[in-house]
Amino acid sequence: MRSGSNGVLIREPDQASDLLEKFRQGDLDAFEELFRLHQRAVYGWILRIVRNPSAAEDLTVETFWRIYQARARFETTRGFEPWARRIATNITLDWLRSWKPESELSAELIADQTAVSADPGVTAEIRLKTAQAFARLPRGLRVAAILAVVEEQPHKEIAGALGISVTAVKLRVFRAVRLLRKDLERQGITP
Amino acid sequence: MNAHDENRIKHLLRQALPPVEAEAKPAPEPSIDLWPAVLRRLDTQPAEQPRLNWVWFDWALLAGVLAVTVAFPASIPMLLYYL
Repeated sequence: MRSGSNGVLIREPDQASDLLEKFRQGDLDAFEELFRLHQRAVYGWILRIVRNPSAAEDLTVETFWRIYQARARFETTRGFEPWARRIATNITLDWLRSWKPESELSAELIADQTAVSADPGVTAEIRLKTAQAFARLPRGLRVAAILAVVEEQPHKEIAGALGISVTAVKLRVFRAVRLLRKDLERQGITP
Repeated sequence: MNAHDENRIKHLLRQALPPVEAEAKPAPEPSIDLWPAVLRRLDTQPAEQPRLNWVWFDWALLAGVLAVTVAFPASIPMLLYYL
C-alpha cells in the first residue's frame, strides 16, 4: 500500500486482487475494508437516484448486505465498484417501486432544494410541476434521466449499473424528456 | 421535439431537481458510520421464506398431480387438455 498525492491510501494491484479474493472467500475483515473503500461511492450513487439521505443510508446497508450474500458470484477481474453499483441500482429500483412520490414532493421541499442555484426565470410553481411530472415517469426512464441529465454521470456507467447498452440509456433519456414535455404541456407549461 | 425544446426541458429538470453534488460539497457521505448496521444486517437471515414456501408448494402440487394420474390414468388426456 502507498500514499497517493492527495493523501489517500492506494492499494497496489496485487494487494487489491488479494483483498477481493479474500472477500470472495467470506473474509469479514476483507469485506469491511471493501466497505470502507466503497461505501461513499455506493451511497453517493444511491443518493443521486433516491435524493433522500435517510433512504440512501438504508439502501446502502441493504446493498452491502446483498454484496456479501452474492460474494461467490463476484468475478475479481470485473472490478468491485461497477458490480456494487449494479447491485445498488437494482435494490434502488425495487425501492422506487414502492415509493410514493406524491407524499414527498411538496412545494417547500422543491423550494429548499433549488434555493442555491435557482434560475429566476423558472418559477417555484414550474419547478414543482416539473418535479411532479418527473415523478410520474416510469422508474426505468426516471433513473436513466436523473443520472444522465441531472447528475451528468457517464452513459457507460449508467448502462453498466442498469445492465443495458449505452444506446438504450440514450433512448431512455430521450423518451423521458419527451414524456416530460408532453406532461408539462398538458399542465399548460410549454418549453 | 427539436434540440431547443429538449435542452429547455433538461434545464427545467435540473432546476426542479438540482444535482446532489452541487448541494453537498465535498462529495456526499452518510451521516453515520454504516458498518455496524451492515453487521447487524448480516446477522439476520435473508427474508426468503415466501420463496421456500413456493418451492414446497410446487413439489406438493406436483406430487398431487402424479398421484391423481397414477390412480386415474384416464384423467391424463383431460389434464393435458387443460395444460
